[in-house]
Amino acid sequence: MISVKQLSVQIGNFSLSKIGFEIPTGEYAVLMGKTGSGKTTLMESVCGLKAIQSGRILLMGIDVTNKKPAERGIGYVPQDGALFTTMNVREHLAFALKLRKWPAGQIEKRIRELAELLGIAYLLERFPHGLSGGERQRVALGRALSYRPGILCMDEPLSALDEDSRGEMCDLLKTVQAHTGVTVLHVTHSKTEAIQLADRVLLLSNNEMIARNPAEIAGDS
Amino acid sequence: MNVSTSDDLPQSGQPPKEFRIGSDVPFYLCFGILGSVYIFLIVAMLIAEATYTTPGHLLNVLSSPAIRYSIRLSLISCGVTTILSLWVAVPIGYLMSRFDFRGKYLIDAILDIPIVLPPLVIGLCLLILFQVNLYDGMTLEDLINRGTLHLLGREFGVTYEIPAVILSQFMVASAFAVRTMRITFDQINPRYEQVALTLGCRRSQAFWQVVFPQSRRGLVAAGTLAWARSLGEFGPILIFAGATRFKTEVLPTTVFLELTVGNVEGAVAASLIMVIAAVIVLIIARYSGLSRSAL
Repeated sequence: MISVKQLSVQIGNFSLSKIGFEIPTGEYAVLMGKTGSGKTTLMESVCGLKAIQSGRILLMGIDVTNKKPAERGIGYVPQDGALFTTMNVREHLAFALKLRKWPAGQIEKRIRELAELLGIAYLLERFPHGLSGGERQRVALGRALSYRPGILCMDEPLSALDEDSRGEMCDLLKTVQAHTGVTVLHVTHSKTEAIQLADRVLLLSNNEMIARNPAEIAGDS
Repeated sequence: MNVSTSDDLPQSGQPPKEFRIGSDVPFYLCFGILGSVYIFLIVAMLIAEATYTTPGHLLNVLSSPAIRYSIRLSLISCGVTTILSLWVAVPIGYLMSRFDFRGKYLIDAILDIPIVLPPLVIGLCLLILFQVNLYDGMTLEDLINRGTLHLLGREFGVTYEIPAVILSQFMVASAFAVRTMRITFDQINPRYEQVALTLGCRRSQAFWQVVFPQSRRGLVAAGTLAWARSLGEFGPILIFAGATRFKTEVLPTTVFLELTVGNVEGAVAASLIMVIAAVIVLIIARYSGLSRSAL
């Protein structure tokens, strides 16, 4: 479960004030809002990447407000994937596991498992340079899920993809969520993505968070 | 003076009047000529230097023990300076690139001082720094003498010794290395570290495992630049380390000493070695792929 209470953030002239929302465990929430409404800032605050002024962030019932990003147990997929240019795909999938000192056999097993789930087994020895947009996002997703976090945060993960790849990734995200049971916070501009993926839609507008049903969004469009 | 009247202006519904502009040739010609003058001077200068001496004479100069000592000291001191420069350039470049803090503008300005300060002044400042009275008639030079005597059982001085050569080179070379490393880290998206932090890294792990390997090319460029600057450093060395044969003589000092005794060919041969080194460094820096702004 992701629970954000009375969260206030100030970055330069931009601020979010007393924002609150909840995403029950295992749900797929899509966070929408206009450009500059603060979606990314909100997600980064949940991940611990932006300092907050006040409020509380609870993940799986634990108050993580003052915890470091590493201690929050969140898998994070940024917009462009941000794959590490000096590592191959195998090293990406093993990165978080090595930090947690998993035994080599377990790491190898987990890499095979993720590669199969995400359809990237043929990419394991490849480096990010030369991967397609869809392949990069699959690898970024695998890296984020590798250590089995309870929460997955994705910042416009499909925005750089073409129409076909986007459709494939939507299907993949659904499969992954059903397979792992991870709680998802997915930032996007796209109503299509929200309708296809969301269990609940969060609309951030004028410093207000409104929870909506995906069916209502479909009705709007 | 001709002023357009409303009759001259295009009216809606009418075909547009022919609009003619002048040729672009004068623009390209002007810029081309002005640019060519400088490029011609650089090439002419290098050709003149290269053709002034013969390979035989160059080998003859290279066989001189004083010149060989000077080349050896240049190579060693530049190597040491490069390593030291990178040791300070990496942390300063990273901190200045990633973090905003109070006094950052001041520190930024301080870091540029060695670049804008006349080289002789840097040498003079270093000389004064080591000779100024700290307390009870004790100077920094005295402190280092005592320290090395206590720790190593022998006094090692700085002023007019080899450490002064390295420190003189270090003061200038580091400024360029810092600037290069800062640009390098600016070019690496902070998002990489953020992802690494969420994956379980401490700040240090995110830096050493994710950012530092990506800065490899910038590191090579910073190192080669620092090396090249050190090799050509003369002013601070002359003031702070002196120009003593078989002691603090480096290649620029050789050029100076040979010229003062009227041996132009010797000076040219020594400078040709530096030209060759500079060309190699330039190729490495360009090959390392760092943006031109760093150079």
